[in-house]
Amino acid sequence: MEFRDYYKVMGVKRDATQDEIKRAYRRLARKYHPDVSKASDAEERFKAVGEAYAVLKDPEKRTAYDQLGADWKKGQEFRPPPNWDQGFEFHGGDAAGRGPEEFSDFFETLFGQGDFRGGFTRADHRPFTARGEDTFAKIVVDLQDSYLGATRSVTLKHTQIGDDGRPTVRNRTLSVKIPKGVRPGQHIRLAKQGSAGAGGGQSGDLFLEIAFRPHPKFLVEGKDVYLNLRVAPWEAELGARVKTATPTGDVDLTIPRHSKTGQKLRLKGRGLPGKEPGDFYAVLQIALPRAETDEQKAAYREFAGAFDFDPRGNEGVRQ
Amino acid sequence: MTSENRNNVLQCEIIETRSELSLSDLCEVCTVTSERVVQLVDEGLVEPEGREPAEWRFSGRSVRRVVVAERLSRDLRLNAAGAALVLDLLDEVKQLRQRLMRLEEIDSPSR
Repeated sequence: MEFRDYYKVMGVKRDATQDEIKRAYRRLARKYHPDVSKASDAEERFKAVGEAYAVLKDPEKRTAYDQLGADWKKGQEFRPPPNWDQGFEFHGGDAAGRGPEEFSDFFETLFGQGDFRGGFTRADHRPFTARGEDTFAKIVVDLQDSYLGATRSVTLKHTQIGDDGRPTVRNRTLSVKIPKGVRPGQHIRLAKQGSAGAGGGQSGDLFLEIAFRPHPKFLVEGKDVYLNLRVAPWEAELGARVKTATPTGDVDLTIPRHSKTGQKLRLKGRGLPGKEPGDFYAVLQIALPRAETDEQKAAYREFAGAFDFDPRGNEGVRQ
Repeated sequence: MTSENRNNVLQCEIIETRSELSLSDLCEVCTVTSERVVQLVDEGLVEPEGREPAEWRFSGRSVRRVVVAERLSRDLRLNAAGAALVLDLLDEVKQLRQRLMRLEEIDSPSR
């Protein structure tokens, strides 16, 4: 088990006041909130900060944590000294309302047992025969899955109350039919696959938020799909017919004469399927061939000579 | 795939494409109380059609807004007005990011 330096996680000194700790927590919670932050590790950071705050905001737990000593370094192999918490009296406090599965082993070993336990269950207790809580999870699918529909297996971490009354985390794998036309950010509902209800109550529903695995070629925006299509200068200027990849296969696209970089060619209804299907756009990018040989350099010079062309006009040029 | 496996495949529905959700539907999907939804409607965070709560019809898009608003309220101690502002700004940031992403790809095409 690794030692966790809660002061470092919060970015405060070991002698920080309770107010300083509170301020640090609020700032970091805003910064790493998974619904707000785009950082790839936002969720882990947010949880780590919540865990650190659960200890440091509570003077009793903080004092107990402090007497472990400042010699421990983050990541160091940690074993709590025997009876390390002797002589400390703990009262249950709320742990920012998180489920017990979200704290580290380090936290669980120190504060997760006995008298503390009571304080670290979900804050929003439901009436005893309530329906199980609806469970939210994310599922990552491929662009193709939305075009064609697919069956994907999802592994979910599921908290169950064991015979001893303590929650344990189990993995559960489900086979899910991904509906055609699903878009990133949408939710699908699996009836009665959420947490089991307490006291024989009905199971909640399972909601999965859809995310798309980034595709090397295609970009999804809402129900529309974009492709950057590279064309040669002569294709853009003279017009051409080019073969283009789309998620449903190759198509021939007509590049109109006098096309420009950034111009979008739309294939109506070739975006994500649905009652109102999205569109597919090829965004033109004019790619220049490199002049390596003398012959190619000469071709560029000849090209230049054939036009009276000033790409900048005279704007901003000092005469 | 064996036929046995096929039988275990779970069917599902896309919440957002359901054209209309009643107040109780929305409460069930988002696990919130109807009082809370009324509060969020008062702030304009979600905008149902219909006059009375009993007649309210929410769009599928409301689900995400309510779910995120609840997380923001709980984790960052925002009130309904603050959560509504954050949601609107997040929508705007998302649109700008997507536009930027496209523009950047035009500037530096992948090889």
